Amino acid sequence: MLEIRNLQASVEGKPILRGIDLEVKAGEVHAIMGPNGSGKSTLAQVLAGREGYEVTGGEVRYLGHDLLAMAPEVRAREGVFLAFQYPVEIPGVSNAYLLKAALNGVRRHRGLPELDAMDFLALVRQNMKRMGMADDMLYRSVNEGFSGGEKKRNEILQMSVLEPRLALLDETDSGLDIDALQVVADGINAMRGPERAVVMVTHYQRLLGHVVPDFVHVLSQGRIVRSGGRDLALELEERGYGWLDGAAAPQAGPPERAAP
Amino acid sequence: MSRMEPAADRRPDRGENMALAATALDELVNREYRHGFVTDVESDTLARGLDEDVIRLISRKKDEPDFMLEWRLKAFRRWLTMTEPAWASVHHPPIDYQDIIYYSAPRSMKAGPASLDDVDPELLRTYEKLGVPLKEREMLAGVAVDAVFDSVSVGTTYKAKLAELGIVFCSFSEAVREHPELVRRYLGSVVPYTDNFFAALNAAVFTDGSFCYVPPGVRCPMELSTYFRINAKNTGQFERTLIIADEGAHVSYLEGCTAPMRDENQLHAAVVELIALDNARIKYSTVQNWYPGDKEGKGGIYNFVTKRGDCRGANSHISWTQVETGSAITWKYPSCILRGDNSVGEFHSVALTNNHQQADTGSKMIHIGRNTRSTIVSKGISAGRGRNAYRGLVKIAKAAEGARNFTRCDSLLLGDRCAAHTFPYIEVKNPTAKVEHEASTSRIGEDQLFYCMQRGISAEDAVSMIVNGFCKEVLKELPMEFAVEAQKLLGVSLEGSVG
Repeated sequence: MLEIRNLQASVEGKPILRGIDLEVKAGEVHAIMGPNGSGKSTLAQVLAGREGYEVTGGEVRYLGHDLLAMAPEVRAREGVFLAFQYPVEIPGVSNAYLLKAALNGVRRHRGLPELDAMDFLALVRQNMKRMGMADDMLYRSVNEGFSGGEKKRNEILQMSVLEPRLALLDETDSGLDIDALQVVADGINAMRGPERAVVMVTHYQRLLGHVVPDFVHVLSQGRIVRSGGRDLALELEERGYGWLDGAAAPQAGPPERAAP
Repeated sequence: MSRMEPAADRRPDRGENMALAATALDELVNREYRHGFVTDVESDTLARGLDEDVIRLISRKKDEPDFMLEWRLKAFRRWLTMTEPAWASVHHPPIDYQDIIYYSAPRSMKAGPASLDDVDPELLRTYEKLGVPLKEREMLAGVAVDAVFDSVSVGTTYKAKLAELGIVFCSFSEAVREHPELVRRYLGSVVPYTDNFFAALNAAVFTDGSFCYVPPGVRCPMELSTYFRINAKNTGQFERTLIIADEGAHVSYLEGCTAPMRDENQLHAAVVELIALDNARIKYSTVQNWYPGDKEGKGGIYNFVTKRGDCRGANSHISWTQVETGSAITWKYPSCILRGDNSVGEFHSVALTNNHQQADTGSKMIHIGRNTRSTIVSKGISAGRGRNAYRGLVKIAKAAEGARNFTRCDSLLLGDRCAAHTFPYIEVKNPTAKVEHEASTSRIGEDQLFYCMQRGISAEDAVSMIVNGFCKEVLKELPMEFAVEAQKLLGVSLEGSVG
């Protein structure tokens, strides 16, 4: 589904990604971990097409197409969804309005009929109920006055309504209490399926206890320095990122012992 | 998309994205002025210039009683002693008042058509083109229209139906002839001819406008509206509107304005007076779309208007709502004098300036009665090199026990060459008063745009959505028909049934 080859990117002239190689197949869940400043979030932003992130080399294929050549809204309509680390507030625009415009934009792009107000509301309410969200969230301005947890839940709601093929989650677990974390995790797990892929960017192992990844990659100084299975995350939890620093020579051997 | 392209060549970089956003903004605010056509009618037009003879001629053409002429002449003599106000945050070359034509009317109107059926079809077509059909069977149900073309009213719809309820709705000229006692009693009682330079000029030379009187206890069953159209070249439009809601009466009034595209600036100096007696309620809405001038700032209307409402009776209520998208320069401050105890004044405004447009607008709330309340909500949007100033006065007189005011001014900047200013003045002479003022200035954020685009929404739609959200609390104050027109003007779509 997603093939990243030697991707390099800089922000304000400063190189952040220094050659990322990653392949994500349909049905897989990948976790990208790493210390602060390692380039995790930059990777998510570059894939979503954020301005200010300049790609200086490499390529990204998405479902066989050149992802980097697509405008951000086209990427979105083609099924790339980014759950923001800091969801943006839009005063005066209701959640329902934004989401309906987004959903019908995606549906038009896919040659599906647009949903009318009734069908749309039925669909959203069903998803909201599953996520334990109150109905009034629909009519509140996008993210305005939402708590940190409400904002993250709102991102997951949008994701479940828009049904992307590739979900990029940028630090979606940060700032959540344990109950909210469970709700968000359930939302992500509900997305898993043979047609879809998930890439989670996270600093902590916490979320991975609820959404079990197929692969874990460690990013350091703009490169993937180590890849492994779920166990790698547990090991990072135990040992921190320090032992990987400057690990241009990876494969320091399997960890002695992972916690059960 | 299926072809393999070198990524570095095709990537939408920062510049392109910025350009994309800029294009969206441009499209939103740079669309062609849609009402810029000229109607080809033979006009009865005075020569340029202004003196007492011109005023006498105007008065004679309108067949006015003597008191009107006297009043006009007093105003003119006063005007001669006054100077143009210089305090507004607007800039324009000096206006040569002797180079303006003060009266122009389609020749076919000379006799004064007996009914709409007698109106020149060319004029009817003009209003149809503007989306204001004047034939009753084609009209928007529930909206009565007075159509003012240059210096005269070409017709008023639903007059008979309204008359059954005792409501007088007609052109000002007709009111002067048919209801001189009402005109004499209320004209100039809110905006005296001594008020300011432009109000004095208007009092001297005003040519038409709308008049409305709603008798005690009557709630006007339909929206009343006036559609102002400037057509003739080099002509100033000086209309005067007077609305009186007698005790317990309710009325909602709308006005719309357009003009052809011309290279010369044209002056529009109007006066609107509202009077609400005990328990009466007046809602006054404006969608102003005079020609704004071209991208270089050439041409456009100078919109110098005095609008004031007098809450003369206890528990009366006057609310102003305006959406200002046109005019090269806008200078207007719809205000309320809260004289009656427990009276309420409101002002809701959206002003959009683009290219070289300038707006200096706001409101005055003068609290005199006890427990009077007022609200001011002003939304300024500046794009291109547009300048937008909010200027407001909240005055609490000594006697205004328990008065309250809430003011909010928000400015939205699109691009980095525009400007927004806020000039709030507050004078409080009663210690029990509560006056609140909030202000904010924001830019359409790249992060807001990107967030919408990442959800599959185009940059153009995203800008519309964000602007619409910004103006929402004002637009919702407009009557439905006007809300639709206003949102079209703003290039925004109303939030649908789910919003």
